[in-house]
Amino acid sequence: MIAPVDTRIVGHSVERLEDRALLMGQARFVDDIAFPGMLHIAFVRSPHAHALINSIDKSAALDMPGVHAVLTMDDIAPLLADRLLKVALPSPAYRQELHRPVLADKEVVHVGEAIAAVIAESRYVAEDAAALVFVDFDTLPVANDCRDAMAPDAPRAHHGAPHNIAAEFDMGYGDCVSAFAGAAHVLKETYWQHRGVAQSMECRGVVANLDPMSDVLTLWSSTQTPHAGKRVLCGLLGRDEDKMRVITPDVGGGFGPKLVFYPEEAIVALAAQMLQAPVKWIEDRREHFVATTQERDQYWDMEIAVDAQGKILGLRGLLIHDHGAYTARGVNIAYGSAAAITLPYVVPNYFLDIKLVATNKVSVTPIRGAGQPQAVFVMERLLDRVARELKIDRAEVRRRNLVPGAAMPYKTPLKTRGGMQVVLDSGDYPATQKAALDAAGWEDFKIRQNDARAQGRYIGIGVANYVEGTGRGPFEPVSVRVAENGRIHVASGAAAMGQSTKTMLAQVVAEQLGCDMSNIVVVAGDTGAIELGMGGFNSRQAVMAGSSAHAAALKIRKKILLVASHMLNVGEQALEIEGRVVRLKGGGAQVELAEIAKAVAGLPGYYIPGNVEPGLQATEHVIINDMTYANGTCAVEVEVDVETGLVTVARVVFAHDCGKMLHPKIVEGQIIGGIAHGLGNALFEWMAYDENAQPVSNTLAEYLLITATEMPPPVEFVHLESPSPLNELGIKGVGESGVIPMTAAVASAIEDALAPFNVNITKVPLSPPDIIALIDAATRKGA
Amino acid sequence: MDSAVDTRTISLTVNGKAYSKAVSVRMTLADFLRHELRLTGTHVGCEHGVCGACTILFDGMSARSCLMLAVQANGHELTTVEGLANGDEMHPLQQALSEHHGLQCGFCTPGMLTTLVELLRDNPSPSADDVRIAISGNLCRCTGYEGIISATLDAAEKMRAGGVK
Repeated sequence: MIAPVDTRIVGHSVERLEDRALLMGQARFVDDIAFPGMLHIAFVRSPHAHALINSIDKSAALDMPGVHAVLTMDDIAPLLADRLLKVALPSPAYRQELHRPVLADKEVVHVGEAIAAVIAESRYVAEDAAALVFVDFDTLPVANDCRDAMAPDAPRAHHGAPHNIAAEFDMGYGDCVSAFAGAAHVLKETYWQHRGVAQSMECRGVVANLDPMSDVLTLWSSTQTPHAGKRVLCGLLGRDEDKMRVITPDVGGGFGPKLVFYPEEAIVALAAQMLQAPVKWIEDRREHFVATTQERDQYWDMEIAVDAQGKILGLRGLLIHDHGAYTARGVNIAYGSAAAITLPYVVPNYFLDIKLVATNKVSVTPIRGAGQPQAVFVMERLLDRVARELKIDRAEVRRRNLVPGAAMPYKTPLKTRGGMQVVLDSGDYPATQKAALDAAGWEDFKIRQNDARAQGRYIGIGVANYVEGTGRGPFEPVSVRVAENGRIHVASGAAAMGQSTKTMLAQVVAEQLGCDMSNIVVVAGDTGAIELGMGGFNSRQAVMAGSSAHAAALKIRKKILLVASHMLNVGEQALEIEGRVVRLKGGGAQVELAEIAKAVAGLPGYYIPGNVEPGLQATEHVIINDMTYANGTCAVEVEVDVETGLVTVARVVFAHDCGKMLHPKIVEGQIIGGIAHGLGNALFEWMAYDENAQPVSNTLAEYLLITATEMPPPVEFVHLESPSPLNELGIKGVGESGVIPMTAAVASAIEDALAPFNVNITKVPLSPPDIIALIDAATRKGA
Repeated sequence: MDSAVDTRTISLTVNGKAYSKAVSVRMTLADFLRHELRLTGTHVGCEHGVCGACTILFDGMSARSCLMLAVQANGHELTTVEGLANGDEMHPLQQALSEHHGLQCGFCTPGMLTTLVELLRDNPSPSADDVRIAISGNLCRCTGYEGIISATLDAAEKMRAGGVK
């Protein structure tokens, strides 16, 4: 399945550039940055989900020794070009503007919304003083559940708003009415996937410092999008582009929410400018639960029409998406869900009505998977229903409906959010499913299951297919420069947050320029190192930045060989780059990369060898508008204790195709991490809000992340490689793949294990009490 | 600086080096290590004792430095992630974590390492389940733990073969 690798670095699991510093405790995360005289911020945050602010009294806080300032909107508004953070992606679907204020001053719309910033000599003092800021509130009724909030007379999430619809649109094609009218079977169900929290192990954090010599304001932020952050800050603060720099230090995990620009970034930058002092804010975990964006609450009322053989005729329904309190990114998650649900399958008729509903909860923006896990959960649940009703094997129903391998590239009638046609570019979905089923022993499972049942044990197997849109364009620039000491410097707008981005870029460049990883220095995510950039999201960086790195390295390679051929007086074809030298193939005459770099830097009054343009530097912005689609099939085996409701995940088999793998071990690492996240979404992670939209799971003791003891034995992989035709390296993204099919596969497996009770799973996560309730309900119904 | 409260002078040993320093009585041990001694390898992930990123060895025992005050370390001997390697030569666990891709963002890694150094000292031949239980109080959002477990088993084997203590 995997083509032999004819490369030396790319495609091999080489040592990661990032590891040594991280392992030795020498990495530099944002909270590791310190300046003499640095001040610290603590935020005063709303304790209410919805309230009007009558007044803010900061006098007691200001009187406290060690407090330098307490900032509210009144203090900062004169210094800002806008009181609002207008970062929403464009869409005609919005029904109202819900931009976040930099600080709330009239109304708060979720618990945790920032109202004031207390700046003091230490975080300890800042927190003491924050407790002394008195805010007089009048509480208001809340929009809690997004379904209830759609009612015409529902309390408004925003005071005075005409309704709670943040945005609405529909998506579809074909003729569902006719398809459903003539169908042999129509099945109807409502599904719900619950919201969760990203929980990067490092929370967010920001440090800002204004250099009095250069007047450059530098912001270090634990962000996935430094270039976007710089753009927002230049606009807000009215700074020239060359007087503002945003740097991502080492980032302790992103998983989506760190792609958003936050009020705290604006406040820290502004405070450093106002107080002429370095300023730091580090989010604590409690803040992460209420001030960092969340995702996944979606309710789907769905109908599927199939013929007598289980072939899909149509799919239609309503998607109600909890948008949270503000538009911090756009309609992109709901759009992504709606555009993902059909992808693995041939669905001839499709219609989805989509409502994004504002609630008094933390704003919703992408978390790893970004709407796709929900869509896959719904589609795969529906197909299990079809299998059950029609008494066809679950895998067989899917096989009959998967887009055939021979149909690639498969033009779907769907469009991306930018209006580009969704074309599944490559892959063989039925072969991928077969590979997973073979590895999982799908055919023989029934025997094992019956044996287990005879012993009173309930085991089950589940399967789910996914297709992931990856490599969001249009570009991610990379520059490659050979310095005069022979070191190769790579800079990119791509942002590293743990996905081995630096290693990936170094591999692609090293392959062309001497294959010595230790000779490559990578800067990822520094606006001072490269002018443009988009950053890390949408499983895009290997595809987009990797392609630019490849193009830039090839350009430099060509120039190096040309110059070396002049310096050595031999043909270019006779030369190779090996380590830090260019030499005659097989040995002999050679010239160091350092000498070539010096030669092309020029000498006054002398020719540059080969008469090339000066310098050994190339910046490439390879433009790829179309997304490349990765796919996979996950099979999961579980055992359910019907007395306690405990679910044990016994086995995970993952067959997938992300095109050419640049680094197999990193690919597997990304997928396993996603699987762990998905198992959490399926079984553990519950972001609890009470009826007043007050969050009540605000510690890691209450909000459960999966730990080592709940993880299954090592994931069994089947790697398929169908190179993407859309980029030179043949790659597709993989960063989010693991999470996408997990809730669907686990639900399928649990339902299978509990088949004797005839349970119907329509929501995740499933806690042990949920499992018991399912069994009880099914037993009562059956009795 | 923390002008709101009293200070005490504490003396302690960290990674074999003696320190004596005045600290505010309410400063956590994690903050003291990170911001006063500038040993920033110890990470703070939750400040409520669940995530394990701040785990250090306190007189050889793993402990959450976010749940202790700096003054409690007076007269004690501490090891942090910076103290695990032998000069430039990585500890076998550090080496194995790299080889098994047992870290991605690396934020939880220092706490994993200190926890696992303690495990392998107390149990040089752990099973995979022993490792899972040992790190069940250390959260990682990136790796799904798999590489960490296999790395630990590999390091244990190499340490047994090499007589590394």
